[in-house]
Amino acid sequence: MAKMLYPFLIVVALALVGYAGGSLPALQVVFGIIIPYIAMAAFVAGFAYRMLGWVRSPVPFRITTTAGQQRSLPWIKANNLEAPANKLGVLGRMALEVLLFRSLFRNTSAGLRGKRLLFGEEKLLWAGGLLFHYSFLVIILRHTRFFLDPVPFFVPWLQAVDGFFQVGVPAMYITTATILVALLFLFARRVVMPQIRYISLPADYFPLFLILGIGTTGVLMRHFFRVDIEAVKELALSLVVLQPRIPANVGPLFFAHLALVSSLLVYFPLSKLMHMGGIFLSPTRNLTNDNRRRRHVNPWNYPVPTHSYAEWQEEFKEKLEMAGIPLDEDLDHKPEMAAARGGHA
Amino acid sequence: MYDGKYIVPGLLIFLAVFFIPTAYTYATGGPSQPPKPALPANETQCVESKDWMRDNHMQLLVQWREDVVRNNDRTYTSFTYNKQYKKSLTNTCLKCHDNKQDFCDSCHTYAGVSPNCWDCHNVPKEVSS
Repeated sequence: MAKMLYPFLIVVALALVGYAGGSLPALQVVFGIIIPYIAMAAFVAGFAYRMLGWVRSPVPFRITTTAGQQRSLPWIKANNLEAPANKLGVLGRMALEVLLFRSLFRNTSAGLRGKRLLFGEEKLLWAGGLLFHYSFLVIILRHTRFFLDPVPFFVPWLQAVDGFFQVGVPAMYITTATILVALLFLFARRVVMPQIRYISLPADYFPLFLILGIGTTGVLMRHFFRVDIEAVKELALSLVVLQPRIPANVGPLFFAHLALVSSLLVYFPLSKLMHMGGIFLSPTRNLTNDNRRRRHVNPWNYPVPTHSYAEWQEEFKEKLEMAGIPLDEDLDHKPEMAAARGGHA
Repeated sequence: MYDGKYIVPGLLIFLAVFFIPTAYTYATGGPSQPPKPALPANETQCVESKDWMRDNHMQLLVQWREDVVRNNDRTYTSFTYNKQYKKSLTNTCLKCHDNKQDFCDSCHTYAGVSPNCWDCHNVPKEVSS
């Protein structure tokens, strides 16, 4: 229970601190300018640091997965998307992974039905994840109207499609509902399923609560306690163009929203949220399955001193002859092969 | 460095995306000043107080639309000034705020708001000119 409670309380505390800071004009500079800038710097620097850490980690060998028939004999039909034999296939497999979460689509679950152990397809996590990520993407693109000037051409299109149902004024967006539903589902999944609850950690609950908090404060600002949108844009734009200033009339609710977003930015590189960059480095997805056609040398191999039979025979040739032990005749052109067998590049 | 030829350009693209907003705003002529909607010259007060209108005009207009179109209720009584107004965008609002571009659009364009008033209504002056 504490695994859930503490992340929840931390998120509530962050929002309250932001709200309180926004209520005091003296602290608005801290919560409106200084903390967001620190958060942005921490996000970019932390993200780059984590990626460069992964650049330094070798991937020793191609990990072939058995999801599809590898290219072999010409009359065996190969599956170039599931077991790519060339770069184009890898590109396709990565696109499926990044855009459609292909691996998650393969998710299965095991359960007891009476006394029988059954395995079944489990698509709900995939569906919930896809719904959340694409809702979040649309929301971020919609938010560009606050920090781009002039407002880019695609924002009115997104607003028209996203606000298609025209519920209320200002219109409620479809993605507002879907991201909240998806987040609540992803949370409920961790609570309801005993196995998932057992392996869930505070680091799993915290991002869920944090993004839920961001969504909730956003909904409150748009639909319940409207803030001065013009002042919000003035503040956001001033941060973006590096001429920060705090306009009058920015509601404290906006500062709660901003505090949570800043927390997300700082938390991002420290946490599992780094899968945003990490997914591109998935070794089972981004390497061609060609280990049987091409020689791959372990990148951290060092030269190993070897002593082949040919060299040994050469060394003790005279003694062997004196002892009457038969010599291998054709060893003259074998040392090369023996050296190759040593295994180093 | 392993696979640096893929990862480093990827990282540079990520950084470039992060700085797009700054570059975009400066490339299109720098940040514009916050809008100052042009107020009517011959009138000093709206149907409600200025601050209330600033916060609630969109809901008032939708309420008016529904009252008129669905309930044939065409008279609005201001709770601030206790005066009666005709519920009409064209005849009441646009009578004083006669320049849509300088009044409505100044904030809506700045904040990227696209209200659907003009799906049905036309702007008298824009039509005639």
